[in-house]
Amino acid sequence: MSTHTSMKDVTAAPEFRLLVIAVFVFGLMSVLSPDRFLSAQNLTSMAFQFPEFAILALAMTIAMMTGGIDLSVVGVANLSAVVAALILTQFSDAEMPASQSALWLVIAVTAALCVGAIAGLINGSLVAFFGLPPILATVGSGLVFTGFAVAMTGGSAVMGFPGTVALIGNATLLGVPVPLVLFVLLAVLLHLILTRTAFGLRVTMYGANPMAALYAAIDVNRVLLKVYMIAGVFSSIAGLIVMSRANSAKADYGSSYLLLSVLIAVLGGVNPYGGYGRVIGVVLAVLSMQFLSSGLNMLQVSNFARELIWGALLILVMVINTHALTALRGSLKPSK
Amino acid sequence: MSSDHDTAFIDLRAITKRYAGVTALDSVDFTVQPGEAVCLAGENGSGKSTLIKIISGVEPATEGTIRIAGQDHPTLNPRISAAAGVMVIFQDFSLFPNLSVAENIAFATQLSTHQRFFRSRSARKIAGDALDRIGVQIDLDARVESLPVAQKQLVAICRALASKAQLIIMDEPTTALTDKEVRRLQGIIRMLKEEGVAVIFVSHKLAEVLDVSEKVVVLRNGKKVAEGPASDFDTQSLTYHMTGRDVPEMPPSDVTAGAQTLMQVQGLTKAGSFADIDFELKTGEVLGITGLLGCGRTSVAKALFGLVSPDAGSITVDGKQVPLGDPQAASLARIGYVPEDRLTEGLFLSQSILRNVAVGRLDAHSSAGFLNMQGLTEEASEWLRRLKVKAPDVEAPVKSLSGGNQQRVALARWLSRTPRVLVLNGPSVGVDVGSKADIHGIIRDLASQGIGIIVISDDLPELLATCHRILVMRDGRIIDALDGKSVTEDDLAQRLAS
Repeated sequence: MSTHTSMKDVTAAPEFRLLVIAVFVFGLMSVLSPDRFLSAQNLTSMAFQFPEFAILALAMTIAMMTGGIDLSVVGVANLSAVVAALILTQFSDAEMPASQSALWLVIAVTAALCVGAIAGLINGSLVAFFGLPPILATVGSGLVFTGFAVAMTGGSAVMGFPGTVALIGNATLLGVPVPLVLFVLLAVLLHLILTRTAFGLRVTMYGANPMAALYAAIDVNRVLLKVYMIAGVFSSIAGLIVMSRANSAKADYGSSYLLLSVLIAVLGGVNPYGGYGRVIGVVLAVLSMQFLSSGLNMLQVSNFARELIWGALLILVMVINTHALTALRGSLKPSK
Repeated sequence: MSSDHDTAFIDLRAITKRYAGVTALDSVDFTVQPGEAVCLAGENGSGKSTLIKIISGVEPATEGTIRIAGQDHPTLNPRISAAAGVMVIFQDFSLFPNLSVAENIAFATQLSTHQRFFRSRSARKIAGDALDRIGVQIDLDARVESLPVAQKQLVAICRALASKAQLIIMDEPTTALTDKEVRRLQGIIRMLKEEGVAVIFVSHKLAEVLDVSEKVVVLRNGKKVAEGPASDFDTQSLTYHMTGRDVPEMPPSDVTAGAQTLMQVQGLTKAGSFADIDFELKTGEVLGITGLLGCGRTSVAKALFGLVSPDAGSITVDGKQVPLGDPQAASLARIGYVPEDRLTEGLFLSQSILRNVAVGRLDAHSSAGFLNMQGLTEEASEWLRRLKVKAPDVEAPVKSLSGGNQQRVALARWLSRTPRVLVLNGPSVGVDVGSKADIHGIIRDLASQGIGIIVISDDLPELLATCHRILVMRDGRIIDALDGKSVTEDDLAQRLAS
């Protein structure tokens, strides 16, 4: 809550370690493949690529802050995108005047966000009122959401959107890719929610000790409902970006993003047991992962090897963090 | 003295233990002879549990030497300690409630012999032998959760015996026992001693075990302040050594004449935990609720704050009905609850001291969803100052504080909400002697400001020092209502245990 931070505090923060990692990965890739990695084309393409999974990681972050997890993010993203895509393909077409198709785009986006909120409400209810473990509740609901998307589309991709749809995923605003703008806005928003609002503080406190939150007369059910709703809405925004960039929507897009978003949140220093997490850490973790993934791509490492590397990285980071926690606990009660 | 050390089963010399700047034990010598029963006395926070943790290998000593059965142990861990024959029976007995008596007794033994499979027949034999040894009969196939407290304790003792215990450490062994059960326990202890098994009683209520003990060791604030043959001590001298005070604490001043009824509880009932709880609380009154462990006092306390949903009954504050079973509604009615277990229920250990207080006032300091950080911080700091919380850095995690200061943080959170009724469950559990007196002072102050306070405790001197009236509970019912001024500690103890 204090505002004063000395240089020592900055370097001691876990987020500083992440900054070092991000810079290191960037440097390493620049050295290994200078002409391709550092090219303007690659940098732009990275800026278009990462926001979709970065926003999913933000959704994961707020769920993890409560000691929970949201494994339905990709399912929610795809269901939202499918709903938006069906509205767009049903009611608008290429011959429509731009103003009219823009109106339909707004309606489709609103519908997608509502789908995200409702999905989050369902997840939150399962966790809060039915007391299910978040990991199981959201694995289950994720399958249900994906199932709905399959049922609506028959499993095939929905395409044939008016040109305005490209605004979300492929346009730039003052030279900055729109997905990146959206990501920055959402990251700032989440940061403010977590650090500057009563709700955000309650999320952190609940994550630190759910029992004590109950005893402190915090309305824990309300906190959980809101958390999973925010995660749902963020997921649906990611889904819309994917839809716009792929110019289609399908029930099983982006399945590798689930592991990636968990990995990023954990790498970003969010405590999977709840109670600690900073958005800046997650942003740095996103950058590290994008640099790594893009670099591996240039070095022509196969997709399978990439998943192997991510999985191994997730375990490694967890081991290091858990170990760091134990070491910290040890230093709190020095024996000498 | 040297021969004492040579023959001792446990021989600790100059043991010091420090936690983050707090000295829990300060150069303590401690010996236990084979077949000897030792009373380890001291108030909460005196260092008794730390000493036990060191003997059982749970915590390493900062300085000092540990010798068990003539062998030096520079590094001790729970396994080594158990292998040397040291068994601890905790207050909750650490039994497996859903396993049978035989399984519970034989489990540890079978594990330590590295058998791959659990053998039901040999388990029954081990358990039967152990029960025979102390001359007790309990159905070997009964599930432990179905047993009364006293029998669970016997099962725990048998488990220790089956693991070839040379020393059994019993933490608060008599808290939950009736007079008759205490006498049976005494008989068993005598039998164990004859077989050469040593016993350490850890307690702050020692009168009951004094006559089966050879030696008494009293700790206060981490130092050994008295040691001698048990025959040299009586309840009074023990209390003196434990508290370092001869004079009792100031009793509370009278409730103002004509004080209004603040809280009224009628017919509060919850099947299986408590029944027909009726009482009135006036403004500025301190009401004690006491009873043995498991009498339902904690359930009643939780029900007052909506953490337990009663089946029937009503609670009113200032004449207004408080919805039952809803902590938020209770807190809106300005009822505050400071739980007994600070570590799991009361505090957010990893969060800052400031946040632990501020979390109670988030709504008061937020506009349009955003927090006024400065206002929140200032108010929380002000409460920390008022309750004299000794914290070098209010941004440090609350777990870095001592028990007494942690309790003040928990109090500060509720006080900042200006409660009308404050329910304090075990207000000085795990708090050092000095802080304890301070907390009692705070309770008296708050009462004089017109807050109604309910103190739930089994610490009789604490009740006598703070309460105007004391309700005694047994089996979920209020069996006695006593005037705090006229009742004596012995009288109270008798009504509790009878």
